[in-house]
Amino acid sequence: MAETKYTKDHEWVRIEGDTVTVGITDYAQEQLGDVVYVELPDVGKAVKAGDEAAVVESVKAASEVYAPVSGEVVEVNETLADAPAGVNEDATGAGWFVKLKLADAGELDGLMSEDAYKTYLSELD
Amino acid sequence: MADIHSDDLKTTPLHALHIELGGKMVPFAGYDMPVQYPLGVLGEHLHTRAKAGLFDVSHMGQAFLIGPDHDTTAGALEALVPGDMRGLGLGQQRYTVLLTDEGGIIDDLMVTRSTSEDDDGRLMLVVNAARKDVDYAHIKSRLPDGVRLETRDDRALLALQGPMAADVLARHCPQAAGLSFMEAASGTFDGIDLHLSRSGYTGEDGYEISVAADKVEDVARALLAHEEVEPIGLGARDSLRLEAGLCLYGSDIDETTSPVEAAIAWVIPKHRREAGDFPGAERILKELADGPARKRVGILPEGKAPARAHTEIHAGGTVVGEITSGGFGPTADGPVAMGYVAAGHAKPGTDLDLMVRGKPRPAKVAKMPFAPHRYAK
Repeated sequence: MAETKYTKDHEWVRIEGDTVTVGITDYAQEQLGDVVYVELPDVGKAVKAGDEAAVVESVKAASEVYAPVSGEVVEVNETLADAPAGVNEDATGAGWFVKLKLADAGELDGLMSEDAYKTYLSELD
Repeated sequence: MADIHSDDLKTTPLHALHIELGGKMVPFAGYDMPVQYPLGVLGEHLHTRAKAGLFDVSHMGQAFLIGPDHDTTAGALEALVPGDMRGLGLGQQRYTVLLTDEGGIIDDLMVTRSTSEDDDGRLMLVVNAARKDVDYAHIKSRLPDGVRLETRDDRALLALQGPMAADVLARHCPQAAGLSFMEAASGTFDGIDLHLSRSGYTGEDGYEISVAADKVEDVARALLAHEEVEPIGLGARDSLRLEAGLCLYGSDIDETTSPVEAAIAWVIPKHRREAGDFPGAERILKELADGPARKRVGILPEGKAPARAHTEIHAGGTVVGEITSGGFGPTADGPVAMGYVAAGHAKPGTDLDLMVRGKPRPAKVAKMPFAPHRYAK
């Protein structure tokens, strides 16, 4: 099974070989509320860790999704263009945003494990 | 928001009920208010348009202007606003604006004449929460002898809005059914005295209900007990009023904007234009004659990306204005916005570019409202 890691900005990264899928956590989608628009980058775009990888807009506000690691955008989730609520319905599955081809696999070491993220979340409240 | 401590925030008499109902509380105009309930902004918005939504608007300011007779009290208010206050009938309500001497808008407010001859000479004012102190100081400083302002912090205010509001309210308060849009009455709700007007801020038919602060929870719980009624937070209140094309003070109007620029010149009737006897008349009459340099318009973005407040508006590569309210309109099922543009770009159908995240996105000037008004005329 693919390993999943997390950022403090509530993104998740599913690692499959040298490619990662990026989305936001259930906690993040709940904080955002109803998602009404998702803006995705162009395939082929190179992003650095911390760059804006996507923008997700709820009824009230726009929020950036940051690239957790550096890489090249190899696929975007086109289904979100027509059905942005997919982010609310299945944030950690079908509601993913982009797939990145890793530029530096070492950057993954700086991300949190699932257990560490759960601890981090519990300390937020 | 991090620098605002909840200890500093005021609460309404329904604060405990908001928390009991699962309201997500945020600071708003100095109050700890529900931005949404578990139904969510989208669901609350659509529910209000389909059935009925209950809003706690107790943070707004309620006050009475009290004089010896209607003509004296209305005359005192007419010195501060451009509307026809003397012409209000018993129980009639009107939307108007407090003006600076330069013709800017200090606040927008609802004014209602007493519902009975017994206490005529009183005008009820409902003003914005964030402007209460400014409004009250301004009014008090300019009242003639014999007319006084009485603020009523002991009153709470509810709004029940939506196509089923009239039916639901009439089950408790028979006086509700007889009112038309912008009419007020005194009544009782399961034996509780209240003052209600057929008005609101969503574009839907509905009521605003003023009731003693210590009785408001009983009224709110009785209304929420009906399956047609859901509690609605500030998030949906904002998207509903935006779709209805209504101004939010502090976003779409402020002391720099005149009623003509704000496209609410209809608040100034003909006889007051002719008399020119209101604050800022020089500027306002000139704008009425020559047209204002900038104007508030509706804007429909062509793509799906919402354009938020403060988005720059371009045309032909130059800045021609700014979005003042914008977001996703659940009833319009797409992005909607309003903002100010230079007069030459204000005609419906005019092409604009909205600079969202640094990129120009095509949009058009559009007629408002974005969702049809359904007032009970």
